[in-house]
Amino acid sequence: MAVRKPPITTREYWAPGHAACAGCGCATALKLATKAFSEAMEEKYGDPNAFAIAQATGCMEVVSAVFPYTAWKVPWIHVAFENAAAAASGVEAAWKKLGRRGKILAIGGDGGTADIGMQALSGMLERRHNVVYLMYDNEAYMNTGIQRSSSTPYGAWTTTSPPGKYSIGEDKPKKWVALIAAAHQVPYVATASIGNPFDFVRKMKRAAKVDGPAFVQVHCTCPTGWKSPLEKGVEIARLAIETGIWPLFEIENGDFFNIKIQAPGGGAKVKREGGRVVAIEFKKPIEEYLKLQGRFKHLFKRPEAIDEMREQIKAMWKVLGVDVTLPKPGE
Amino acid sequence: MPIRTVMKANEAAAWAAKLAKPKVIAAFPITPSTLIPEKISEFVANGELDAEFIKVESEHSAISACVGASAAGVRTFTATASQGLALMHEVLFIAAGMRLPIVIAVGNRSLSAPINIWNDWQDSISQRDTGWMQFYAENNQEALDLILIAFKVAEDERVLLPAMIGFDAFILTHTVEPVEIPDQEVVDEFLGEYEPNHAYLDPARPITQGTLAFPAHYMEARYTVWEANENAKKVIDEVFAEFEKRFGRKYQKIEEYRTDDAEIVFVTMGSLAGTVKEYVDHLRKKGIKAGAAKLTVYRPFPTEEVRELAKKAKVIALLEKNVTFSVGGALFQDFSRALVNQEEKPILVDFIIGLGGRDVTFKNLDEVLEISKKALSGEEFDEVNWIGLRKEIL
Amino acid sequence: MAESPFKADIERVKREYSEKMTPGAVARIPGSSVVNKTGSWRVFMPEFNRDKCVRCYLCYIYCPEPAIYLDEENYPVFDYDYCKGCGICANECPTDAIVMVRETK
Repeated sequence: MAVRKPPITTREYWAPGHAACAGCGCATALKLATKAFSEAMEEKYGDPNAFAIAQATGCMEVVSAVFPYTAWKVPWIHVAFENAAAAASGVEAAWKKLGRRGKILAIGGDGGTADIGMQALSGMLERRHNVVYLMYDNEAYMNTGIQRSSSTPYGAWTTTSPPGKYSIGEDKPKKWVALIAAAHQVPYVATASIGNPFDFVRKMKRAAKVDGPAFVQVHCTCPTGWKSPLEKGVEIARLAIETGIWPLFEIENGDFFNIKIQAPGGGAKVKREGGRVVAIEFKKPIEEYLKLQGRFKHLFKRPEAIDEMREQIKAMWKVLGVDVTLPKPGE
Repeated sequence: MPIRTVMKANEAAAWAAKLAKPKVIAAFPITPSTLIPEKISEFVANGELDAEFIKVESEHSAISACVGASAAGVRTFTATASQGLALMHEVLFIAAGMRLPIVIAVGNRSLSAPINIWNDWQDSISQRDTGWMQFYAENNQEALDLILIAFKVAEDERVLLPAMIGFDAFILTHTVEPVEIPDQEVVDEFLGEYEPNHAYLDPARPITQGTLAFPAHYMEARYTVWEANENAKKVIDEVFAEFEKRFGRKYQKIEEYRTDDAEIVFVTMGSLAGTVKEYVDHLRKKGIKAGAAKLTVYRPFPTEEVRELAKKAKVIALLEKNVTFSVGGALFQDFSRALVNQEEKPILVDFIIGLGGRDVTFKNLDEVLEISKKALSGEEFDEVNWIGLRKEIL
Repeated sequence: MAESPFKADIERVKREYSEKMTPGAVARIPGSSVVNKTGSWRVFMPEFNRDKCVRCYLCYIYCPEPAIYLDEENYPVFDYDYCKGCGICANECPTDAIVMVRETK
């Protein structure tokens, strides 16, 4: 049997022994992101190590850089929670002056990006720094113990959006930072997921190779915060794509009209017009995604909330220029 | 040849930055410092300064970008004031803890509320616990010189601490004075290249900067910032001496004026020192044994020099444009601590003065003198006095 | 048996490890987290059946640690020093070449 070569470099920049929870989807994302970056730098500059990381405070920071140890095998800096993009701007400017080739990778969670780091992110993108910003989106403040962020999806339980007599859990729709980033008309913006690692790696490489800023928002399972089985982390992320919860798209230079949308799989029927995705008929109901996670458990007693979630998902896809149909269970 | 010209302190600061050749500058406009990034933009636009100037979207990002750049191993500079410095607060601790020799020019301005753009020192004084060194300029020449000195001290291997140079809003930032611009070659020799061994973000030798420290390591990390501040005391003296040798202008951590036989010594910082020295001359003419002293270096606190000064005075009157509510001024606290365990010590009287741009006049200083005299003669006096208050509107 | 890609890091950290405080609390040895043997966290361990493996690399790609590396023939090698036992590899394996069994120690 002919053996395929490994689909990604075997060079490692993220070492084991870090303190991420077992089954952490964000850890997988960072591992793959650094490998993708390394391949991109090798292809672009002939130097697989030509990058540095500026990372926001958050889970992936506290688990990876505990003095005197570090999981990182790449130059890495952490400054604070809200300023990874600003720190990355400074590193990039210094590299330019030092004549160093390569690209800076800024990393933040959803709290550090969608909320407290939003301003610094916007500044970095607007100033056109040669930085890729990777938002690992596990949809709540997990490091402080699962509080809602603006990236927490509708209906989710968190410690600050508990369901109760007067609450269905989180009551606001998810804020999509990728769309805000794209509005800066930067060269490259994408959403990705650890549920489709090959797509994620391709997008990270693309982001790393473009000249100027890029933004990638990657959906990462957090078994601790989502109250989901450890072994199902990738499966859950994949279901988010297959049920329409998590769109995979790319927007270049803020050209929303020519947005590229990746087929979600899971049997979904994709309708294109002139190469452009205009409609998707999903076959798997979102309940298949929701039922694997304790954070959505309460919704199954509130079917109207799940229907509301479907309406919000349709509205989000509408922004992407796609009409979607979302089945109910048994349909 | 050095060029003698006239300029505002903001321009002097921009010139100092140009002479120091930072590779990265990140700044955000704020009154009264805005002219500094404007002038630097011109230098960069004209090719007179080969630096990346990052026009950030806030002071928080200004200092964060400086941290990123300094951590990558290059000389960095920024300028701010007031609310801008307050917005930087969080990152100031980080810059010191990461031992990054960033230099900030601060146009000393009050803090809100109420919003007020004029001079006092509440902005930089409230950053005194961040680990940063603090220098205060009396005039525009000092603003230029102290920025160069600050880079040299900050980048010394024994120090590796960031530094801020304060100069009074409008009184200096917007006032034209004679300034000598030193020769570029002499400045180059004086400063040398910045080539750090602890912070470089270099793929050829990857290290991890900005770690998390558990209780087993945190105290030691913070202690090294204490130690660096202690080391800075000696290094500052060395750099002052070298500066004098190269540029002919003498600096001391505490500059004394007519203190030798003084009974009352007025201590202050910044441009107010000029007024106070004049006032001392005025008192001496009347036969009053008064002297003055100015702190050029506030952090690291010049404890030894304060103790020497204290030996010469019966009363030390601290004139300060800042306040710790319910306690008094910062100088009062710091002088008290420096002297509390000394066997013989002068009486300390604190004067909160000139907040938010209120002019400090001889009439105000007469009031300071009267209270100081009471202390001298053993009468009752208030430890903390707000001078020049318009009691009629209170 | 193939070598761990982190072998050099493990050796370097053994050789150079120091708790000595550095200016800025910099962690000077890249990948030094390898001294933390997180395998002790494990409750279930992956058991690998080489005969069933089709070398699709999914386990290698997904492992968050990473505690899976490749041998000379590109079969996965499970590094039990670091495997936390999450079971993603077994869950994703298309041929059931990996099964999770209760840790016996």
